[in-house]
Order: sequence, then structure tokens, then C-alpha cells
Amino acid sequence: MASDAKGATSFEEGLKGASEKVAEFHEDKGALKRLQTWLHQTPSAVPMIVLVIALIIFGVLSENFFKATTLSTILQQIAIVGILGCAQSVVVLTAGIDLSVGAIAVFSSVLMGQMTFRYGIPAELSILIGLVLGTAMGFVNGWLVAKVKLPPFIVTLGTWQILLASNFIFSANETIRSSDIEKQAGALQFWGQSIQPGGVKVLFAVFLLIALVAIMAYVLRQTAWGRHVYAVGDDPDAAELAGVKTKTILIQVYALAGFFCAIAGWVMIGRFGSVSPTASTGQMGNIQSITAVVIGGISLFGGRGSIVGMFFGALIVGVFEMGLRLVGTDPQWTFFLIGVLIIFAVAVDQWIRKAAA
Amino acid sequence: MTQEPILKGRGLVKRYGKVTALDHCDFDLYPGEILAVIGDNGAGKSSLIKALSGAVQPDEGEITLEGKPIQFSTPLDARAYGIECVYQTLAMSPALSIADNMFMGRELRKPGIMGALFRQLDKPAMEKFARAKLNELGLMTIQNINQAVETLSGGQRQGVAVARAAAFGSKVVILDEPTAALGVKESRRVLELIRDVRSRGIPIILISHNMPHVFEVADRIHIHRLGKRLCVIKPGDYSMSDAVAFMTGAKLPEGVTEAA
Ligand SMILES: Nc1ncnc2c1ncn2[C@@H]1O[C@H](COP(=O)(O)OP(=O)(O)O)[C@@H](O)[C@H]1O
Ligand SMILES: [Mg+2]
Repeated sequence: MASDAKGATSFEEGLKGASEKVAEFHEDKGALKRLQTWLHQTPSAVPMIVLVIALIIFGVLSENFFKATTLSTILQQIAIVGILGCAQSVVVLTAGIDLSVGAIAVFSSVLMGQMTFRYGIPAELSILIGLVLGTAMGFVNGWLVAKVKLPPFIVTLGTWQILLASNFIFSANETIRSSDIEKQAGALQFWGQSIQPGGVKVLFAVFLLIALVAIMAYVLRQTAWGRHVYAVGDDPDAAELAGVKTKTILIQVYALAGFFCAIAGWVMIGRFGSVSPTASTGQMGNIQSITAVVIGGISLFGGRGSIVGMFFGALIVGVFEMGLRLVGTDPQWTFFLIGVLIIFAVAVDQWIRKAAA
Repeated sequence: MTQEPILKGRGLVKRYGKVTALDHCDFDLYPGEILAVIGDNGAGKSSLIKALSGAVQPDEGEITLEGKPIQFSTPLDARAYGIECVYQTLAMSPALSIADNMFMGRELRKPGIMGALFRQLDKPAMEKFARAKLNELGLMTIQNINQAVETLSGGQRQGVAVARAAAFGSKVVILDEPTAALGVKESRRVLELIRDVRSRGIPIILISHNMPHVFEVADRIHIHRLGKRLCVIKPGDYSMSDAVAFMTGAKLPEGVTEAA
């Protein structure tokens, strides 16, 4: 009987004397294939290249473009979208989507304002309350996605409407005037302050955006938690089997997104001066942040891309808006070109993901 | 065998909707042995080992590890007890690197304040360890330990998964069809690795369809049929064709009657 076994393994005797060198592949890769592989490893390269090209083109077309004031204005314009983009990035990396980012931002800013102006709470404490409540709103999204297992699109489509409506009901559509805030609750406008090196105004909000992007880039690349966020977006079942607490990660990601949105809400008060429940961010914030994320090369299928790419994506939008205005074209061209870029970015993502095969 | 089983299952039941994948299944793994589990496709082998590794929770039945009843609600729980598993699906994150995958859920942090406060990963240490383990396996030339797993061939991926389980398993190592995508030479290396792991005193559960391999390395063979253990045989007592006949139902081992 044992001979049966021997007979069957004897084919392996052919292995004796086989080369001990392990197979090596010297695949002749064409330039295009190499580019594809490189982009696969460097997800923020495409938006960076697009950004550089856009800067060059607008620099040539308009002599005013490369002025420090122009560039600082661009950064100022993208501060809020960029922070919302940080929120959107972590969610999209888990293969989710957050349509409620704008609503959380506006509602948080209203909560911060009303805590002080309706209930007389000191501004610093109101800010803290706003940040906590924004985080809680994100937590609810995450809980519904992770525990109730509802699709993120549906959950956040719902909470977007719910939060925006709550925001109007709670605030009674009341705007808090900039001059009142300045007098009684300066902390609310903190991020609207600026430094002016050499006469160029740079908002605190711009530094905040850059700091948040840098921190998140570190967290996503250099910590276990960051790796787990990618793993959950990549293949949640595999991640679970490999020892990732996928549900906990999902809830944390949505809660963190809520926290970032509340920060964006605080920044909004600084940027606009007043607290307004009807701020356009409530309706537009999600589309703008998704645009930055997509142009920034983060895959909507999850698990791929970088937050630095999102930052470039937001910058591209800002550069287009400013550049086209300086060149003096119809502003509709901005939307036209951004639409083209979105489709281009997703097409590139599809192509890059094929590099795996 | 006078020893007590290190890992024992009694009356395990697992249902997926209308499908009963495990039907009052018993299971025994003894210390230091290589136990092969064979059975037809769909017999419930993967469900059995998933119940043992915490990937699924049995609806009924009891699992004991070293005599103590245990209940794993996640694979992490099982891992904390030193049970490592190579799943049939490999459980890898395709876009992440080999090193990332090997250390998923048990990452090493930098010593000192960078690790303790800033939670920074010790990537050089993880890469070094991953490279050493892959070399040990001798399976593949990995040009770059940071390359994404999705850029590896199926065999290389399987190699990484096996290396991961062998490296971290301290009590039980479970391998669900670990050589299915491997070539002749790589399969041989995996068999050697299995013997290596056993020589460290760690028992192994090996699920495989490769009868020559099963008969070569296994101390005992658990034959799984229709969601339960049909019998356990010793490779010396039966031929491969007997084993195949048992697992397909063409023949019944002596003293075993199959309920309809
Ligand atoms: N997650 C699942 N959902 C539904 N049915 C499943 C699932 N996993 C396994 N099954 C079913 O359970 C039975 C046993 O499957 P499995 O344990 O994978 O068998 P084996 O590994 O022996 O091929 C099969 O009929 C399979 O279709
Ligand atoms: Mg199976």
C-alpha cells in the first residue's frame, strides 16, 4: 500500500539536479507598461503632473498668475474644500462615500455659533461642543454602515438631508452677524486671521489645511491604523480574516470624517465671518470634496490613493478657477474642464489598476 | 493514543441559510502531529477549519483547546491563542505590500517615543523579518518586499500566506489547500516547511486534494464527508484509492455505517 504512495511521488525525482536558482523574471517592459507600474506605486503622481501643467499654462497665459497674492488666494479658496476633502479621503479609502460632509460642516458651525449666542456658553467651549457633535454625526454614519450594514451612499444621502434639515430647524434660519461674533466670540473666527509676510496675506486656515494633510499622510502611511484603513477598502473579508477589526475601523473612519467636517465648520466661520445655516457648503461641500478626491487619484473602489493626491486635486480645482478668471474666460469653462478632469482621472485609475494583472 | 487532543471539536454544526456545511462534526488534533483533512469539494472542510480559527462561529457544538472550552468570535481571538491559518482565499490585501500583509493586525512599532506616542511602524524591522521568512521558504525571488501583493503570481501569493502562518503560529498551524496554486518544486518546499513547523513541536492541520502529499506527510488522515468526520485513518493502513473511495462514498471503511 505504501508503494502506492511512493509510485505517485516518484515524478518528483525529476527535481533532483534541477537548478537551485529560483526563477527570475526579466520581463521586457515597454515604456508604457513601466509608466503604468510607476503610477500604480505613486498614486499622487497623476494629479501632481496635471497641477504642474496647469500652473505652467496659466503662468504663460496670464502674467498676474505667478504673483504671491494670487497663489495665496488660491490656497485660501481651497481651505474648506481641502479639509472636507480630508474627511472624504478617509471614507473613500474604505470604499465608502460620504455625502453628508457639507451638511455636518454647516450644522457644526451653526451649533458652535448658537451655543454661544443662544445659550451664552463661552466661545471656546462652544467650539469644543461643535467638534464633539460633528464627530458624533460621523459616528452615526459609521455605525449605520458598519453595524447595520447599509450602503454608505444611502446612509449619507439620508443623513445629509436629515442634518441639513435639523440645521435649518435648530437655527430657525437665523444668521449670526460677523460684527457680533467679532465683538463677543472672537475664537469662532480664529482661522480667519492671517499673517502677512511681505504684504502677502496667508490665512491661518491655510496652515491648518496643510497641517491636517501632513498629519493624515503620516497616519495613513506610517501607522497600523492607516494600513488597516487601506486593507478594509481593499478587501474587507480578507482584512477581517487577516486580523483587522473591520467594523471598528469603519466606525472610526466615519467619526474622524465627522470631526474633520466640524473643523471645516469652524474654519467656515473664520472665512465668512458670519454663521449662516444656508451656507452653500451644505449643498455643494460633498460634490466639491468628492471632486478633489477623484481628481486627486483616490480610487472610488477603495484601498488606493493618497491624501496628498487629494490635496493636489483640490489645488487643481482652485488653480483652474483662478487661472480661467485671470485669463478672462466665461467661468462656465471651469466646470467644463473640471468635468473633463473627473472623467480623465477615473479613466486613469481604471488603467492603473490593470497594472496589477 | 493516550494523549489528550490539543484541539478538539464536538458536535459542531454550521448552517448557511438552508445549507448545512457542518453537521454534528467531531474533530481531534493531537500534539505534534500532522493531521490531513480530505474530502470532496463542498464537504465542509473549509467550514470546519474556519470554525476552529474563529473565522466563523459554529451554531452548535463545543471546541476545546488544551482541554479548556473556547469561543473565538474573530480570527484575532484564535491568533491570540497561537492558532494561525492559511485560508483557501489567502486573506491578503492586494494593494498592500508583502510586509504589510505579513504583519496585518500585529504590526511592529518603532522603539521609543516614535512608536509609543506617535505609533510609527517599524517598517525596516518588518521588511527584514518578512524577507527572512520568505527566504526560509525559498519559494520565490521577491525583488521588492514592498511590492504590492497583487503584482505577485498566484503561487507567490500562496507562498507569502504560508510563510505568514508558519512564522507566527505557536500552537496550531492550519493550512487550507496551501499548494493548490503551486508548482511541483514550490509544493515540495511547502511540505518541507510543514515538517519544519512540526519539528518545532507545533501540530498542523493540512487540507489538501493532493493524495501523494497527504500520504507522504500526514500522521493521520481525517476523512470528511457530508459535513462530518466519516473516519480517521493512518496512511500506512490504507491505500490512496481506499481513501478516495471513502471520501467519495464509493466505499465505506470497516465498522463505519453511513446514515442514508
Ligand atoms: N459563506 C457561505 N455562505 C453560504 N454557503 C456557504 C458559505 N461557505 C460555505 N458554504 C457552503 O457550505 C458547504 C461547505 O463548504 P466548504 O466548507 O467550503 O467545503 P470544502 O472546503 O470542503 O470544499 C458548501 O455547500 C458551500 O456551498
Ligand atoms: Mg475548501
